[in-house]
Amino acid sequence: MTATVATAKDRYLAEFEAVERLGAFRSPSWLAPLRRRAIDRFAESGFPTTRDEDWRYTNLTALGATPFRPAAPWPAGVPAGVLERLALPGVEWPRLVFVDGRYSPKLSTARPLPGGGQVASLAEAMITEGDMIERHLGRHARWDGNVFAALNTAFVQDGGFVCLPPEARGETSIELVFLATTPGVVAQPRTLIVAGLHSRLTVVERYVGLTDEAYFTNAVTEIVAGPGAAVDHYMLQEQGAEAFHVATVHAALGRDSAFDTCGATFGGRLARTTLTLELAGEGARGAINGLYVVGGRQHVDHHVTVDHAVPRCASRQLFKGVLDGTARAVFNGRIIVRPDAQKTDATQTNKHLLLSDGVEVDSKPQLEIFADDVKCTHGAAEGQLAPEALFYLKSRGLGEETARALLTYGFAHEVLERVAVEPLQAYLDRLLMARLGSDRTTKEIA
Amino acid sequence: MLSIRSLSAGVEDKPDILKRISLEVKAGEVHAIMGPNGSGKSTLAQVLAGHPGYIVTSGEVTYLGQDLLALPAEERARAGLFLAFQYPVEIPGVSNAYFLKAAVNERRSRQGQEELDAMEFLQLLDEKLRVVEIDRSFVNRPVNEGFSGGEKKRNEILQMAVLEPKLAILDETDSGLDIDALKTVAQGVNRLRRPDNAMILVTHYQRLLQYVEPDHVHVLFDGRIVKSGGKELAFELERKGYDWIREEVAAGEPVGR
Repeated sequence: MTATVATAKDRYLAEFEAVERLGAFRSPSWLAPLRRRAIDRFAESGFPTTRDEDWRYTNLTALGATPFRPAAPWPAGVPAGVLERLALPGVEWPRLVFVDGRYSPKLSTARPLPGGGQVASLAEAMITEGDMIERHLGRHARWDGNVFAALNTAFVQDGGFVCLPPEARGETSIELVFLATTPGVVAQPRTLIVAGLHSRLTVVERYVGLTDEAYFTNAVTEIVAGPGAAVDHYMLQEQGAEAFHVATVHAALGRDSAFDTCGATFGGRLARTTLTLELAGEGARGAINGLYVVGGRQHVDHHVTVDHAVPRCASRQLFKGVLDGTARAVFNGRIIVRPDAQKTDATQTNKHLLLSDGVEVDSKPQLEIFADDVKCTHGAAEGQLAPEALFYLKSRGLGEETARALLTYGFAHEVLERVAVEPLQAYLDRLLMARLGSDRTTKEIA
Repeated sequence: MLSIRSLSAGVEDKPDILKRISLEVKAGEVHAIMGPNGSGKSTLAQVLAGHPGYIVTSGEVTYLGQDLLALPAEERARAGLFLAFQYPVEIPGVSNAYFLKAAVNERRSRQGQEELDAMEFLQLLDEKLRVVEIDRSFVNRPVNEGFSGGEKKRNEILQMAVLEPKLAILDETDSGLDIDALKTVAQGVNRLRRPDNAMILVTHYQRLLQYVEPDHVHVLFDGRIVKSGGKELAFELERKGYDWIREEVAAGEPVGR
């Protein structure tokens, strides 16, 4: 077991040296030392094992054993109708599409942003917005303790770049679509989002698999909310059945800013999300919502850290999981309240609905409170569908399958109702219903 | 419409709650089943609706020519049987409108009728809301979640109005209602009363029966129907209380049906 993981490390290191030797990274000069530090960090330990506390319940042996290769330098084509199927009705936002991590101008619809902001692929922006990127890239998502963020940083190439200037007018909305089409490929998209003073931004990140064979996505998203900025962030994961999906999201919140994120996880054989909320400016407010609906032998892992570094910040966490088959869910919710962070108000809720006897849940709150004038609560619960509720629905003529789907929908809906973009909420409702597999409920709800 | 013959039933821990009950309900009739707490009234209602937690140990129930006990709860409902719950269940995250539309269309499709689209359903719903005098805001709220006791009972009557059952069983629908809510519920019930449907009102008190006049009244005591009569029996019970029945049973006088 150790041997395969060590081999995996060597593979990525050899790949890095090869690319660098060829000069194929073609990136600005300031990036080279950052890459080197990141790959050195990765080289120290390679992929984590279950002996690492952060990976105790998530075994990466299969990920390490699979020799993934980088994608071709040009984006692959996408079957007709895919983007139409993914479209959100009535939504006409700028949309950047990436195929196996490569930006596809052909599939993207770039529109100038009304408030004078920038949206571009990261590779493009490295040329035009070099200073801005140098200031932020790799400065927020810390990779010293996160091997996958280190690996992504070492190989950073492309991804989304969104930047709103201070006092940008109106509300800006962007969609970033990451398609995985090629079996056996590793994609490492890197996204940087900077919302300037008082700006208002909505970003939807979507990770969609178009193949049922194994591939590996290792994504990192860094979000910086300036003073008084409001950022709504969504992360939809519809990866393929055999996909390995590792995502790192780091949001740094300035004074009086507001950040709302909602994640919806449906796909992947193994999906790990490491999400950090850094409340760095007084009066900042963050809400993290997450829904995961998994079955078969899927494994889904959320590691959330909410770091209250300064006074008068508030954070809300709601994570709900629906598990069927022999699926397994891991949730680790860490709240840090540092000595200065008086008047902190933090809550965390994690609930699981277990639809079969074969599922397993490991949910752990982790509160580290070093200030005395704080309000901090957490709660976790797991349960099955209530027999009385099932009988109630059946007594109205709904069949077993419909009744179960409707109750499960009701459980999950508490998260989806927090999706402020109406067509996105409707899309997620449909996705959820299709996943729950009831024709009747799909018809009535969608 | 409904014929119960010598029905005995209970739960796993107490299999003999109902003891050889027999009852005939014809179309157009309203039957009241009264009795003190613990006499088995709610058990009878749940057994008829098909609650899987109850076990029938003997007897037969025929409903519209079918063996009712052989059908699962959802098929009983699709065949036009409706139970208004004593304790309606909260279903968070699912709106009343979705729930009702799913139920209506499930039944329509099973009966070979065309399903209602959103517009047609809303029309039906509006009409029924007027019948039972319930505010429209009701339908967009999650099923029973955060409803007061009275609102939950009124919601049961709304569901009954929308589903148009052939046989409705109202389990203690009057309990916990103030007088205004009771009148609203009773009015709804009266408006839904038709020559081609039937109702069974299960109740502890006769106060609902002041507003909904039954054709037959049965007294359930210790799992048996110990007395049956017309509506005057309800008033007699109100006057004399259940002790009178208790004494008669102890003396071995009453005649079960």
